[in-house]
Amino acid sequence: MLGLEKKDTSLLIVVAILTMCAPFILNPFPADSALAQFNAGYPDLMQRFVIFGIFAIGFNILFGLTGYLSFGHAAFLGVGSYSAVWMFKLLGYNILPGIFLSVITSGLFALLIGYISLRRSGIYFSILTLAFAQMSFALAYSVLTPLTNGETGLQVYTSDPQYFHSDAMPNIPHLFGQEMQSTYTLDAGAWSFDFNTGYYLCALIMLGMFYLAIRIFRSPFGLMLKAIKTNQTRLNYTGLNPRPYTLAAFVISGMYAGLAGGLMASMDPLAGAERMQWTASGEVVLMTILGGAGTLIGPVLGAGFIKYFENIFSKINDTVLHQWFAFLPDGIEDFLIAIVHPFVGKGWHLTLGLLFMAIVIFLPGGLVEGGQKIARRLGLKKAKDETPAATDTTPAE
Amino acid sequence: MSILEIKNVGKRFGGLQALSDVNLSVAENTVHAIIGPNGAGKSTLLNCLVGKLIPDTGSVTFQGQSLLGRKPHEINQMGVSRVFQTPEIFADLTVFENVVIPSLAARDGSFRMNALSAVRGQGDIRATAEAILEDVNMLDKRHMIASSLSRGDKRRLEMAMCLVQNPKLLLLDEPTAGMARADTNNTIDLLKEIKDKRDITMAIIEHDMHVVFSLAERITVLAQGTPLVEETPENIKGHPKVREAYLGEAQV
Repeated sequence: MLGLEKKDTSLLIVVAILTMCAPFILNPFPADSALAQFNAGYPDLMQRFVIFGIFAIGFNILFGLTGYLSFGHAAFLGVGSYSAVWMFKLLGYNILPGIFLSVITSGLFALLIGYISLRRSGIYFSILTLAFAQMSFALAYSVLTPLTNGETGLQVYTSDPQYFHSDAMPNIPHLFGQEMQSTYTLDAGAWSFDFNTGYYLCALIMLGMFYLAIRIFRSPFGLMLKAIKTNQTRLNYTGLNPRPYTLAAFVISGMYAGLAGGLMASMDPLAGAERMQWTASGEVVLMTILGGAGTLIGPVLGAGFIKYFENIFSKINDTVLHQWFAFLPDGIEDFLIAIVHPFVGKGWHLTLGLLFMAIVIFLPGGLVEGGQKIARRLGLKKAKDETPAATDTTPAE
Repeated sequence: MSILEIKNVGKRFGGLQALSDVNLSVAENTVHAIIGPNGAGKSTLLNCLVGKLIPDTGSVTFQGQSLLGRKPHEINQMGVSRVFQTPEIFADLTVFENVVIPSLAARDGSFRMNALSAVRGQGDIRATAEAILEDVNMLDKRHMIASSLSRGDKRRLEMAMCLVQNPKLLLLDEPTAGMARADTNNTIDLLKEIKDKRDITMAIIEHDMHVVFSLAERITVLAQGTPLVEETPENIKGHPKVREAYLGEAQV
């Protein structure tokens, strides 16, 4: 189906079902129960899941296939966001031109940075991309203030021209009148599920981008990228020029990042320089490795995993902990809270860091490898790469 | 008719004159062996042919076109393939993919943005890849990851990767180095078979005289960066200059 092998088609269908049903899957606990803390099915977070999914899928085309580790991909995300907000300012709140421009500008930007950085490989390439991204970040903060509005961040003001805006249209980002923020809440008994327009738009785009990534993975072009990762010497003596291949992969992944940035601005019409900082670049590297670099589903899982931790674990504070352990005698309760405390709330980075270390040490292939191991232990699947079995390893996505 | 013409080639590394005044011509559809003691400049000469090194002086022409200043991938696209001393293969990919890649390179050139068609859909490429694997008796191993192959099989695979491109000139850098006698004999048979089946010129760098004398039609002896003699195998055996180069004897 759709020009895919059977295995890939079923993977795509599983991902499609999971994303379409995400409002249910991510809200398994009744709204007023103590476990509602772990519900992730609110619009903001769901949007972030799929947007960072797109970002990571694109990053994986570069890193997973060619092995070139870019440490500056957040720059393209930032460029995408700025472009989208500029379109809102100039043309109006319809998100289509914004998304379109964000992909174009980030592609051009990636062409420039890639052309220069790809003269080197390995650690030197990583350093070059990092340098470029930090340069962009610093410029966006200072010299380029007329374009980026500096520290305040770029946003839409009532004084902006918005040439195509009319009073009939909503005053927030929309797609032909469909507001991105509009949410329909379904109450089913004690449960409540949110269906958000913005989320479904992003999810559909992510599915499209996921499909495109599968096609690239299975194409002769994708095979050449894998060959670059494996043995560049042989590639040279096989009559292939690695430079245009790596550059094309770099530009494609830059455009994915730009698309993610454009969507981010479309969900919340604001773009700040911190989106380009190196921590943001590092985050997408973590996502890809955590999920499984070079696999199809891995980056999406990794993005969901990290965003879940960032948003859910960080919300567990001492008050919540006291509620959980209230049934215990006072001394033990305080003792347990003292132990758990550093790992939740503001300490969520610690938990994530430990998990990341555990995964890299015990599952170098990331969550996907974990899923495969579980599947094999259960005798379900033969040892084959990229089985959709990995979906039972994480609650997110 | 000579397919490869090397004229007055010299190459210096710092204080070491690795090659000086090398003149060599390889006739079409022959097997030409280049032998010589360690440090004679055999590998340097080979690297000058494939674009890895640029000679300081002289010229290298392949079918009348100069190879100097061309990149390795450009030289390959002209019809020159190279087998390495330690097999260079795509170790993380399957045997089949290993052969598909050079086959695609031969069809599509050094770069083609072919991102939306599936590899599986390239019928012609799959057919040639399978045919060549059949030729080297590796069709049953086509789903194996290349890194898990035995050394001999890696060599065969590398050979298949070169042959699938239908090269006019095949350069072999010690194709039997470090092999057991049985594997060496297999490789000799394989090369003979290739020679019989195709219009192909081979230039072999080799230490093992058994291999050289079973395959070569012409032999050039290289010593201290210059060719000493160029002869047929019959005449090279017991040639005084050759014995001198190898054994350091002043007189025979």
